[in-house]
Amino acid sequence: MTESTYRIQGATGEWEVVIGLEVHAQVVSKSKLFSGAATAFGAEPNAQVSLVDAAMPGMLPVPNKECIRQAVRTGMAINARINKWSRFDRKNYFYADLPQGYQISQLYHPLVGEGAIEIAVDEKNPEATKTIGIERIHVEQDAGKLMHDQHPTMSYVDLNRSGVALMEIVSRPDMRSPAEAGAYLRKLRAILRYVGSCDGNMEEGSMRADVNVSVRKSGAEFGTRTETKNVNSVRFVMATIEHEANRQVDLIESGGKVVQETRLFDPGTGTTRSMRSKEDAHDYRYFPDPDLLPLELDDAFLEDCRNSLPELPDAKRHRYENELGLSPYNAQVLTAEVETARWFERLLGEAAKAQGKPPADVAKQAANWLISELFGALNKLGIALENSPVTPEKGAELLALIGDGTISGSIAKQVLEKMLETGDGAAAIVEREGLKQESDTGAIEAVVAKVLADNADKVAQFKAGKEALFGFFVGQTMKAMQGKANPQVVNELLRKALG
Amino acid sequence: MTELTELGVAAIRDGVAKGDFTAAEVAEAFNANVAAAQDALNAFIVATPDKAIAAAKATDAKRAAGEALGKMGGVPIGMKDLFATVGVQTTAASHILEGFVPQYESTVSQKLWDAGAGMLGKLNLDQFAMGSSNETSYFGNVISPWRRNDGGNAPLAPGGSSGGSSAAVSARLCPAATGTDTGGSIRQPAAFTGITGIKPTYGRCSRWGIVAFASSLDQAGPMARDTRDCAIMLEAMAGFDPKDATSLDMPVPAWEAGLSADLAGKTVGIPREYRMDGMDADVAKSWDDGIAWLKDAGARVIDIALPHTRYALPAYYIIAPAEASSNLARYDGVRYGLRDLPDGAGLQDMYAATRAAGFGAEVKRRILIGTYVLSAGFYDAYYTQAQKVRTLISRDFTAAFEQCDVILAPTAPSAAFALGDNIDDPLSMYLNDVFAVPASLAGLPAMSVPAGLNREGLPLGLQIIGRPFDEQGVLNAGLAIEQRAGFAAKPEKWW
Repeated sequence: MTESTYRIQGATGEWEVVIGLEVHAQVVSKSKLFSGAATAFGAEPNAQVSLVDAAMPGMLPVPNKECIRQAVRTGMAINARINKWSRFDRKNYFYADLPQGYQISQLYHPLVGEGAIEIAVDEKNPEATKTIGIERIHVEQDAGKLMHDQHPTMSYVDLNRSGVALMEIVSRPDMRSPAEAGAYLRKLRAILRYVGSCDGNMEEGSMRADVNVSVRKSGAEFGTRTETKNVNSVRFVMATIEHEANRQVDLIESGGKVVQETRLFDPGTGTTRSMRSKEDAHDYRYFPDPDLLPLELDDAFLEDCRNSLPELPDAKRHRYENELGLSPYNAQVLTAEVETARWFERLLGEAAKAQGKPPADVAKQAANWLISELFGALNKLGIALENSPVTPEKGAELLALIGDGTISGSIAKQVLEKMLETGDGAAAIVEREGLKQESDTGAIEAVVAKVLADNADKVAQFKAGKEALFGFFVGQTMKAMQGKANPQVVNELLRKALG
Repeated sequence: MTELTELGVAAIRDGVAKGDFTAAEVAEAFNANVAAAQDALNAFIVATPDKAIAAAKATDAKRAAGEALGKMGGVPIGMKDLFATVGVQTTAASHILEGFVPQYESTVSQKLWDAGAGMLGKLNLDQFAMGSSNETSYFGNVISPWRRNDGGNAPLAPGGSSGGSSAAVSARLCPAATGTDTGGSIRQPAAFTGITGIKPTYGRCSRWGIVAFASSLDQAGPMARDTRDCAIMLEAMAGFDPKDATSLDMPVPAWEAGLSADLAGKTVGIPREYRMDGMDADVAKSWDDGIAWLKDAGARVIDIALPHTRYALPAYYIIAPAEASSNLARYDGVRYGLRDLPDGAGLQDMYAATRAAGFGAEVKRRILIGTYVLSAGFYDAYYTQAQKVRTLISRDFTAAFEQCDVILAPTAPSAAFALGDNIDDPLSMYLNDVFAVPASLAGLPAMSVPAGLNREGLPLGLQIIGRPFDEQGVLNAGLAIEQRAGFAAKPEKWW
């Protein structure tokens, strides 16, 4: 367990920051939480609105089992208690984006109880972890969206999002720095994406956070917190905390008091401003929704949820280290995003097949190539891994050529570039470009002899003790053979020739 | 041949099937009655004679083609204007929904049309089903076809909230009508007008497409001339609906076929808590008559205790307004219905203006009560406490039904009162539901059957409450009373 050393330096000394996050994650499901309307992002305004979503008179909500299933699976993925008996409550307030005049949510009896997530604050040191408690996950309806730019004096309402299922994932106030909050969000997003219960796309608003921040002197009671609503990127969440913590310290040290209030983050200035204070807070008049019966889950349903869970990032990372022999860093990089892990596992499977070896024997080669070669090349081209023209199958073909000595690692770099350019297979490129590695001892011996003869002065210096010149001879030999010589053979023959 | 409008559901269904008359003739006869009574009784908000004729012709065509007719084949009915009807204005008798024309049909009304019924029109009611006299309707109160025998001709209340339904059935404007019952809204108006009405077990009839008042209590049911007609119509209305999460996933029994007035082996419970101090003497007498009739039908009659009865009405007037305050939040002027947008108004101003203009006084009163009892600091003292009372009431019934099969009680504490009598005193108005509300809170099937006339010549009803899902037991006890009461009175036509 690592302890955060993050502190705000105030005039009166150091201040500790206490952070809790309420993350709203849009559930991946074809239809909404209580209606059959579609949930796809980007549809024409009001094209995905059922009579229920528009709260027409006499319309009734019917729970969508798939949304419940996704929330239960998410709860299981954070090792949380799943409540077999839960209930929906109405949260009453008036707003034009809320057709029913209430949001169906879960206040008194949430679907998911206590759980936890392990985060690693330092990417380079994935073993140094900290556990962040999760208080609960409840399921609720999203609201619609107001559009203020369609008419000079009127606002328009788009109800496409109205009724879409959200999971509200409420953390304990266990985070102590912007970095921890960032790590928590990234880890949570990774888990959601592994589980497939939320796409984690913060730009499209399918994941957003309410950021609770307070400050205190080390060891003191929690201070009064503020809640900054609807922050929609990891970077903004970190900026919110940074700004809010400093603002609170300045306020307290100049004799003021932090008031419990709701604030808004302005991405333009990186600052927060007050939205409404506790005094103006709504009285939501929560009460059990009489249109819905309590949600009772049976063992078969829970078993089905559990069986449908994939291997989760922590388990995968440990397996990569223990069974595949990857370094903690590589294992961390490959498991941080589900797409990367999937890509890697396909590459590993194909590579093992192509080389006729068990996966553990090709894992390091595959991991190193993916992380240091393909990631870099794609990065330069600005292409995401999912869209890579070099597929895992094609990557495995390239790895096989390296593995059996057909090409050297440096030639492989050239081949990869050509593959990315043309989309052709590695073997075809090696054949066409004549890049096949020369391992024939005789041919290499002849070149070595010529290199040594041409550089008799350097040979003399080498023999006189300037051993660093060995690299020069290797380079000259490789250059003479257009890089195609097997470097191991070149090394051996040079050592022999130089005695 | 009797006049067609004197016929009930079974008689029309059978007569059409046999070819004694056509469904179109029936529809025309009732259409004429509807039109002739509208100015005097104001039972309908909208008449739909063309719909009645179209449905009747469809039934006649089916018969001509030799096809089977539905359970309600050829029967025109009135539809309480709380049920959404596609293409026909649906208002809940509120200004806020005036002009609202749904693009959807409520499950219950659709089932009735599928069973061969036709629509004579949308019936008046208390606004959002909140009221016991029909005086809260935005479209003017319904006037009962009944008059006291004192020659005073004071306009009487038809009961509420299904007052359009009760007036129309008793005045022969329709052979049957739909009602909804949240705290007595089928049973009390049925009692006031000398007709029969049953509220089935909560969940029997889908609530989908019925404008919500209090979701945990609202339940649709039939209002008709007699028990058999109610059984027939309830069969057509009931059934599981996946669109209503509180709908009962159970088969619909063949209630009509199961009708039997032989109560041998049955035990009837008489709840002593319902016998209140200062009870109306005629009501008390009709209750005693009911006991005698049920004994005559073979039942054993015992005293039972429902100890928490006196807490039922206060609990109801917390729970129902609480749910209503939330259910009615959707009428905000944004998407449909009335919008009052004063010059330069913002969103909050629009809400305030729209809801101030759109809701009637009684609706506002209940929204205020409901908002209050749910608000922070009061929730536990009111809402939580009321839910506990509700549980205790249910337990009272569960315990009672270990001793008896059905419970007999008066439907309402008095016969129909004159319009205006209670309008300025909401508490005495609320007391009308004192006998009806316990069964609503417990979700039990309960019906009202006519028992006789009081000394003023006005009908009195008896209420039968049954076990959950035992509509048959309730209907059978109702039939036994009906056969012995011999209630044949009908309002003298003065309109």
